[in-house]
Amino acid sequence: MRGKPAGKLKRRGPAQTITFAGMLAVFTVALVFPLFALFSKAFFDKSGAFAGLGNYFKYFQTPSLSVSVWNTMDISLVSTVFSVVFGFLYAYALTRTRIPLKPLFRYTALIPIFMPTIVHALGLVYLFGKQGAFTALGWQVELYGRLGIILSEVVFTFPQAFLMFFVALEFADGRLYEAADSMGVSAFRRFTRVTVPELRYTIVNVFFVCFTLAFTDFGAPKVLGGSYSVLATDIYKQVAGQFNMNMGAVVGTLLLIPAVLSFAAGRLASGKNSGTMSAKSTALNVKKSRPRDAFFFALCSFVTLSFLALVASLLMGALTSYYPYDMSLTLKHFAFNPSTGGIGSYFNSLEMSLLTAAFGTVFVFVYAYMTEKTEGLWALKKYGGFLSSLPIALPGMVIGLSFIFFFNSKANPLNFIYGTVAILVISNILHYFSVPYITATGALKKLDKEFESVAESMNVPRWKSFLQVSAPLSLSAILEIFMYLFVNSMVTVSAVVFLYSARFKVASIAISHMEESGDVAQAAAMSLLILSVNVLARLLYETAARLINKKEKIYE
Amino acid sequence: MKKLLSICLSALLCGASLVGCSGNAASEGGAQTPPASDATTAAPADEKATKGEITVYTALEDEQVTEYLEVFNASYPDIDVSVVRESTGVITARLLAEKANPQADLVWGTAASSLMVLDAEGMLEAYAPTGVERIMKEFKSDKAVPTWVGIDAWETAFAVNTVELAKLGLSLSDIKGYDDLLRPELKGHVVMSNPNSSGTGLLTVAGLLQMRGKTADGSGAGWDYLSALHENIGQYVHSGSKPAKMAAAGETVIGVSFGYAGISQKLKGAPVEVVFPAEGSGWDMEANALMKKDAINPAAKTFLDWAITDEAMELYKVNYPIIATGGDGTYEGYESDPVSQLIDNDFVWTAQNRDSILTKWMEKFDSKSATE
Repeated sequence: MRGKPAGKLKRRGPAQTITFAGMLAVFTVALVFPLFALFSKAFFDKSGAFAGLGNYFKYFQTPSLSVSVWNTMDISLVSTVFSVVFGFLYAYALTRTRIPLKPLFRYTALIPIFMPTIVHALGLVYLFGKQGAFTALGWQVELYGRLGIILSEVVFTFPQAFLMFFVALEFADGRLYEAADSMGVSAFRRFTRVTVPELRYTIVNVFFVCFTLAFTDFGAPKVLGGSYSVLATDIYKQVAGQFNMNMGAVVGTLLLIPAVLSFAAGRLASGKNSGTMSAKSTALNVKKSRPRDAFFFALCSFVTLSFLALVASLLMGALTSYYPYDMSLTLKHFAFNPSTGGIGSYFNSLEMSLLTAAFGTVFVFVYAYMTEKTEGLWALKKYGGFLSSLPIALPGMVIGLSFIFFFNSKANPLNFIYGTVAILVISNILHYFSVPYITATGALKKLDKEFESVAESMNVPRWKSFLQVSAPLSLSAILEIFMYLFVNSMVTVSAVVFLYSARFKVASIAISHMEESGDVAQAAAMSLLILSVNVLARLLYETAARLINKKEKIYE
Repeated sequence: MKKLLSICLSALLCGASLVGCSGNAASEGGAQTPPASDATTAAPADEKATKGEITVYTALEDEQVTEYLEVFNASYPDIDVSVVRESTGVITARLLAEKANPQADLVWGTAASSLMVLDAEGMLEAYAPTGVERIMKEFKSDKAVPTWVGIDAWETAFAVNTVELAKLGLSLSDIKGYDDLLRPELKGHVVMSNPNSSGTGLLTVAGLLQMRGKTADGSGAGWDYLSALHENIGQYVHSGSKPAKMAAAGETVIGVSFGYAGISQKLKGAPVEVVFPAEGSGWDMEANALMKKDAINPAAKTFLDWAITDEAMELYKVNYPIIATGGDGTYEGYESDPVSQLIDNDFVWTAQNRDSILTKWMEKFDSKSATE
């Protein structure tokens, strides 16, 4: 054990080690064990005999299967590049320029994360499909297939990229820029030498977050993919089409490729990262520049209008009798069919999401604190870091199936949570763990290590300095995490589709049922309800965040 | 090869006798002595409870589930039915995944081909619901005490958007059978479900292959047709009802789907007409089964009994006119007798060649379309 040598620093009591080890154990039971239950199937054949790597050979020798690996790489890479570039420019516009309408731009950028990905695809069909609004204007695109998936994934991943860049750019040390200016450095050089290096950690993270999200998304390829096969739809074909759990498990393991890559890259990037905020930082003063502001204003307007068009198209779909053949206005699509769970499913979603957000926030933040601020325990921290990057690479379907195999076994003492809200909450916390974890570590990295040192020297116990210093100082990050978990639980489909019970249906599942049975208008109506509650939650959050910021300013 | 039965033939044979059959069952109904396997059910109050909670997994449409359950609960107000409804593929996958500890008490209205998979895994409990003798022979499993019992059939049909069809210079009378889908005007305007992810896709492909050469190895007239059709296909989708839905929304001109999917869209106001291919349709059944578990829920048997009563059959018939008791020969919304539409379906052949058909299909069409 490597724990010992660090002990001599005398900074870590046994309580901390036990807490940390305990959390890792919980995480392992909830993530690694179920995954093992599922992925071990990759090495057996249908009859249950051990097949070694046989399934993998079969997979790669069948071109119609293995083509999906390249297709998935292709669409993920292209959509990630777009999201990273646009997300960065958009965040830059909101933090480093003097354009008007910033609050509006900020809210509309988040619209896509307030709806299930199926709904982005539906919106795109309303806009660019054969009967789409833009198609009618003569703007023809080949929506079904590669292009549709890419468009949808850009819409899906852009807000994530934007949010992460925004948080990173918001905190800039004005001293660096003043120094650069006083040295007569050109704007371009200042950008490449000051801004970009400062963001290196963020860029790498944004890249992998977007890449894995696009890599594992199922909603968009299902609705828009057409004949373009990707890994996420392949799992569906294997599991729900051919009932071949073994081949499904093989595809599932291939979806872990980005997790492995990001773990390697994360190690590279984090080494070069250091705390950027210190007690001496000053606020950045953004200078006037008309051409710059004009360019960024045009860019933000374009993105905002696109997203508003998406919402408008849903409104149009939800409020007309039968788009596009009967355009009379109606509210009938808001009378949901009871067997989909009806309006009750909406309240179930709220309950599930609040529980997920409450428990998830505590778990994520304490976990991040342990991996970030614990001295020593090198092996545990590495393991913790690795675990934290796994969930984002897991498509919901993999989490859902692995939970069935693990928790529904009669031999499992945890069997009692199967079929309850608890299993939905746990699967959601796991499924959406990675991004909040990055948010939390990002916030914690910015806190000067001296806080802990001072606390140590004053003999303040660690839990006290955590509760009284680290947590309050990270309050806006904590709220952000809460929001993220809430919003995503409201819109998640693929993990819960295998886990929801007959007595507890959720709205996002109802949407996918409506989409499947052709009640597109009802699906649009339900997604508008989800959108409204998410926007409302966001507004509450922004208000709270503003109050907190004020307080923090006073504190400084 | 018991199952090599022609549904057309049997429908004809049963024709007159069925009316007698169902009348018979209706009169005997509740008073009938239960099947031998269930000797203890003589006291229905004990074994077939009229109160309790049951969990039902089903692939029936949402709207239908709601409507049917209202009728069920009118007779059995004290049985609380919880329903998990998913598409055929997902519900079957979920049942298989839950094999170690089944959550469902029974499966209702789910593809017989799926139930055969569950049966092969030993997951179904043999049970002969009251009145099972009224169910036509090829609509229930061939075991002495059936492990699954069919309720209705669904079949390949084209959903044709007449507005969009007219834009291509064609009229509805131009679309009669499979070969009409090969018309050059329709290039890129036909959508079909992928047999690897949809039961409807599989029954359509299996039906076509049976009609044209009956080969599963990728060669022969059936496969030649599929290759020619592939040239006109805009895309293959992952759900059986989606092609009809897309045709209804004008996202494609013709969706190769199933009858009810098209009819329901038409009733919602879409400009679609449902065309049953002149050559005949491949088909599958929706069926019920009792799940094998440690404690069989007595109310589940009550439900399964109800689920094949004439009352239930009348409900199914509204959407799926071909019911397992044969019905009385009238079919609302259908111009001709839909039973004669069904091909002489060799389920055993399909089951035996399932993997081979799906793999060949994937190699020929899935990969080709992916490299466009």
